[in-house]
Amino acid sequence: MSRRLLLLRGIVLVTAILGLNYIVWRWLFSVHWSAWWIAVPLVIAETYSLVDSLLFGMTMWRLKERGEPPPATPDQTVDVFITTYNEPLDLVLDTARAAVAIRYPHQTWILDDGNRPEMRDAAAELGIGWITRSPDWAGMPRHAKAGNLNNALQATDGEFLLILDADQIPSPDILDRTLGYFDDENVGLVQTPQYFVNVPESDPLGSQAPLFYGPIQQGKDGWNAAFFCGSNAVIRREALMQIGITRYVHEIGVGVDRALRSARSVLTAARKDLGDDEVGVRKAIDDVLYDVGRTRREIARGGALLDATYRFQTRVAEIRRQLVAADLQLVSADLDLIAELDQLAGMSDQSLATVSLEALDRATARDLSPLGAIEAVEALIRAVDVDRSDEAMPVMPMATISVTEDMATCMRMHGLGWRSVYHDEVLAHGLAPEDLESMLTQRLRWAQGTAQVMFRENPLVQKRLSWPQRLMYFGTMWSYLSGFAALVYIAAPVIYLTLGVLPVQALSTDFFIRLVPFLVVNQLLFFVAANGRPTWRGQQYSLALFPVWIKSVTSAFGNVFLRRDLDFSVTPKERKEFAVARWDLVRPQLIAMGALALAGVAGVVRLAVGQASWLGTSLNLVWVVFDLVIFSVIIRAVRYRGFEPPDARPPDPSPSDASPTRAVAPARQPDRQPARQPASRRGSHRGER
Amino acid sequence: MIELDVTTDRGIAVVVPRGRLNMVAARQLRQVLADIITGGTSRIVVDLAETTFLDSSGLGALIGGLKSARQAGGDLRIARPTPEVMTVFTLTNMDKVLRPRDDVGSAFDV
Repeated sequence: MSRRLLLLRGIVLVTAILGLNYIVWRWLFSVHWSAWWIAVPLVIAETYSLVDSLLFGMTMWRLKERGEPPPATPDQTVDVFITTYNEPLDLVLDTARAAVAIRYPHQTWILDDGNRPEMRDAAAELGIGWITRSPDWAGMPRHAKAGNLNNALQATDGEFLLILDADQIPSPDILDRTLGYFDDENVGLVQTPQYFVNVPESDPLGSQAPLFYGPIQQGKDGWNAAFFCGSNAVIRREALMQIGITRYVHEIGVGVDRALRSARSVLTAARKDLGDDEVGVRKAIDDVLYDVGRTRREIARGGALLDATYRFQTRVAEIRRQLVAADLQLVSADLDLIAELDQLAGMSDQSLATVSLEALDRATARDLSPLGAIEAVEALIRAVDVDRSDEAMPVMPMATISVTEDMATCMRMHGLGWRSVYHDEVLAHGLAPEDLESMLTQRLRWAQGTAQVMFRENPLVQKRLSWPQRLMYFGTMWSYLSGFAALVYIAAPVIYLTLGVLPVQALSTDFFIRLVPFLVVNQLLFFVAANGRPTWRGQQYSLALFPVWIKSVTSAFGNVFLRRDLDFSVTPKERKEFAVARWDLVRPQLIAMGALALAGVAGVVRLAVGQASWLGTSLNLVWVVFDLVIFSVIIRAVRYRGFEPPDARPPDPSPSDASPTRAVAPARQPDRQPARQPASRRGSHRGER
Repeated sequence: MIELDVTTDRGIAVVVPRGRLNMVAARQLRQVLADIITGGTSRIVVDLAETTFLDSSGLGALIGGLKSARQAGGDLRIARPTPEVMTVFTLTNMDKVLRPRDDVGSAFDV
């Protein structure tokens, strides 16, 4: 074990012990219950932060520094995918040219979701492939980047895939440095860092994520949970296809079960309305009902699902044929409803496995003639049956449950027993948004995607993941909940300084000797983990973007559970005009800063007139100043005017980075994604008072 | 490389992939299946007795063919998988969805 790791583990242990000691004491002995309305939120926020710190400690426990990669085995087949939706042609072509120049033999493809003729021509000129959606996708949910990749998977056949965002310029040795890991047949993914070249040293928008693409991914790697971040990664095709097949099997299983249950209620309802004389119809419905039951039993006994539905379809079709002659006039009235059912099956962005039973029932609760009921049942089963008529492709390797497909896909990959590798070497150079609005949109999108996965496929209940893997995925999601804690951390000092309400029972010696050592070792852990990488910007943004984190969680909740629209925002394509500073984008932060500053003044006044204690006031003033320093990054961000390359550029591995066209903020439509921790938000645990 | 033999008899097409049904062969198979269906035959048996290897891409091609066949009013059945191929079915749970038949001739009987 390296000395660094030993040191890290020592600090992790001490941090955990001190943290638990503090928080237990807080809950049991120090909550100021009479001021519960602030005392309880505060102790909850502190608990949140401690859990965050513990998860971080666990990540660091197995920090894995892989060093030199194994050499790439020759003669493997590789497809290089460059995904694009609406990025400027030049930007994509710069990447494409760099991709062609990758030394290991490969085939380069532009995955052009914008279906642009000029892109096709340019690709032909470069002698590389150009892939657009196949006709199967007409009228189907497109699933953004995940759909784009799924479509390309079907059109290519390389053993490995290198996935690049349109603005990520690969180094010529990117494959030589990554393919060797796949000699281990269980490795499904190798992720490398995302690094941005159009970001000044000061990184005013917090674009780089040095802690995430470094110690955090390395720590996750130690637990076999390093995850896919959407670009700059090599994936084994077999691993992806296997995900697609198992998901397909799972989803038709769920879908058929729901459809059969729904079918029974439709038929039972239709049967009730029958007159006594309608003997033939009653018998037909009874026959179909019997078949519904028989099919369900067959499946329950482990009979092959598609065989069961096929037999069901055949029998029902026969029953209906016999009935049609007798009941022709009733048919037309039901056609609308049947169309509606078909539509339901094709509901956008919902795989049938996720269409709720209630939704099916609502659509089928309407009065149906008996024949209509039978036809409806047929349509229902057909919709969920093998043909997956709601999706362009029956097999969708890339997960489509989230606007950020990468993390969800990788979690499924780990669930199937594949291993992942994080190779900590910058092998591609990309572009970050250069204006505040694009940056906020991008962060919101990543956070929403992560929250969607948390709600839809919570890692804690994924039985096929090991517990450490579950916690590693969950840790990333947990960190996105920080917005709620931030609210409390802003409110608590404001409340003390203006109203004199203290959320802890006393600022006693007991309090300080428990809290201060914990804060110190926690910062130390952060410092040692970072190993010289800049982390302050990340810490600032983890608090300063609290409105974004809150919105991401609430909107994803609304989307997953209340079926609301995600308010899906498109990251603006071109760099914004910087004539006007966009203070409006950060109104909540400005209000928070104003409140903190005013509370500081009020606190001083209260102290001067003898209404407050020295200790409490000075402590809270320090807290206010700390918060304000954190928030000051927002002012810098609003005033930032975009990247200007210094005249004397440091030696740059990719020649085209400095070209003016590439100084355009990357276009981000449904296509961008890295599910990233809100940069490096560690050490922001502040149990202060 | 893979050889894909196709014979059609009494409205049922029998496809025999000989060799490794991997990601490269999968595209060929997908094309062959699509051609059979556009050619008007929607009942297909894929005889896997001489398929020495099957990966998830191969399975994907079978599922794609199944979808097209059913949309055309027919079905796709698989027959006689070797133990190696059967492992892939079990691994992905495909065996819970599609039951391999023991015999090509009777694949469409039940």
